[in-house]
Amino acid sequence: MQIKVKVNGVDYTHEVEPRLLLVHYLREVLHLTGTHVGCDTSICGACTVQVNSKPTKSCTMFAVQADGCEILTVEGLAPNGEMHVLQEGFKEMHGLQCGFCTPGILMTMTDFLKNNPDPSEEDIRHALKGHLCRCTGYQNIVKAVQYAAAKIANREEVPA
Amino acid sequence: MIPVAFEYKKVSSVEEALTSLASGGEGKLLAGGYSLIPAMKLRLNQPALLIDIGDIPALKGIREEDGEIVINAGTTHNDILHNDLIQQHLPFFHEAAKMIGDEQVRNRGTMGGSLAHADPAADWPALVLAADANIELAGTSGKRTLKATEFFTGLFSTELQENEIITAIRVPIPAEGSKSVYLKFENPASRFAIVGCAVLRLPDGRINIAFTGVADFAFRDAGAEKAVSGKTMDDAAMQEAQTAAVVGVDILSDNFASAEYRKHLAKVYLKRALQAVM
Ligand SMILES: Cc1cc2nc3c(=O)[nH]c(=O)nc-3n(C[C@H](O)[C@H](O)[C@H](O)COP(=O)(O)OP(=O)(O)OC[C@H]3O[C@@H](n4cnc5c(N)ncnc54)[C@H](O)[C@@H]3O)c2cc1C
Ligand code: FES
Ligand code: FES
Repeated sequence: MQIKVKVNGVDYTHEVEPRLLLVHYLREVLHLTGTHVGCDTSICGACTVQVNSKPTKSCTMFAVQADGCEILTVEGLAPNGEMHVLQEGFKEMHGLQCGFCTPGILMTMTDFLKNNPDPSEEDIRHALKGHLCRCTGYQNIVKAVQYAAAKIANREEVPA
Repeated sequence: MIPVAFEYKKVSSVEEALTSLASGGEGKLLAGGYSLIPAMKLRLNQPALLIDIGDIPALKGIREEDGEIVINAGTTHNDILHNDLIQQHLPFFHEAAKMIGDEQVRNRGTMGGSLAHADPAADWPALVLAADANIELAGTSGKRTLKATEFFTGLFSTELQENEIITAIRVPIPAEGSKSVYLKFENPASRFAIVGCAVLRLPDGRINIAFTGVADFAFRDAGAEKAVSGKTMDDAAMQEAQTAAVVGVDILSDNFASAEYRKHLAKVYLKRALQAVM
């Protein structure tokens, strides 16, 4: 089947098998390997990307379902080489160790910050429920999001 | 994990979906995909044709009509969570939506998909039962409406026929002065209910009590309802409801919770729910 998608602002047209998962399309056809496969059972969130701005587990969606959609992956978060404020937060607050879970968390939490510019710690932890991190114990992930929220508040704008 | 190969068709209307369902036999509807795709990846489910109803405009949205809140079947958990009519008239649906899975699940999973799938640990079945909702179905031979209390028939089983689609869920707006709650003891990884309890207390004294997670399918607990309906809700009545609850029910037992533990949880969550609507 033919699909047309826009990924990180670039248009693509490809012939795909209906059973090709979106995550495999991104990684193996487009070679965007920032999106990870952790559990492959819809639990861990490592494969999260934004489909029409909404965080989605790309291991739980077929590429054909994304026909006509706009997709944002972690590679699209820093289009001009300047880090997204949340990426900066992860760097400053040591929000990652091995980094396997990080791209997925970034895709959920950049959307979260757009809708919740001044979140409580509880809000942040609730929003992180779809992500498993084997390394950090989440403490510094929460801090990274708080760092970004504070920066955003000073700048009074949410970067995309 | 790669599913068995299948054909895929995206449809844009309920009629088109029904025609596709009737065409070859092996067709299966795909809504959010958050129950079906994991099952296909495990090859527990191997449909020859996937009929994608995820983009049918008529299956989206929530409206108020004739004293009911009508939730179209393709409405996502997150659209329910953030809807004003739901917050205003069905606060326990709002609470339940917030507790489903995680942000990604709520972004794609739908109420219709959840009811059709009838997972014994799903949340919506308890809510539609407690609210005395009706479920609208469309088939090649026309439409019919079933009471939620007639809909669930077994483990992952419902009255839905193979060539039918759930089009909407109609929830009567509870009378002014009603109180409602949904509480669940959740599986910490998936957030599915190990025990979920939905309670609606109507101003005329009736109390609807529904459980999910406890047995093969969600159910109204007539024994517990009888123990508290129309009574002053004191400690004695509460105790009686707890004693009467989940009696004669074949209680699930798995690696998350034994039958004995589930039974205990059901009684504890019933008490907390009743206290919340006092
Ligand atoms: C990690 C994870 C956590 C979850 N946690 C929870 C939770 O805490 N609580 C909870 O309740 N659920 C939970 N779920 C399940 C989730 O809510 C599903 O999205 C939902 O059960 C199914 O809806 P869907 O739209 O994704 O349906 P699909 O997966 O697309 O379809 C499921 C079944 O329903 C059929 N179907 C779909 N729509 C219709 C329709 N309109 N008419 C007739 N048949 C239809 C399909 O043919 C299929 O058989 C979780 C899922 C995951 C992956
Ligand atoms: S790889 Fe998709 S949720 Fe874990
Ligand atoms: S940093 Fe290693 S899994 Fe999260």
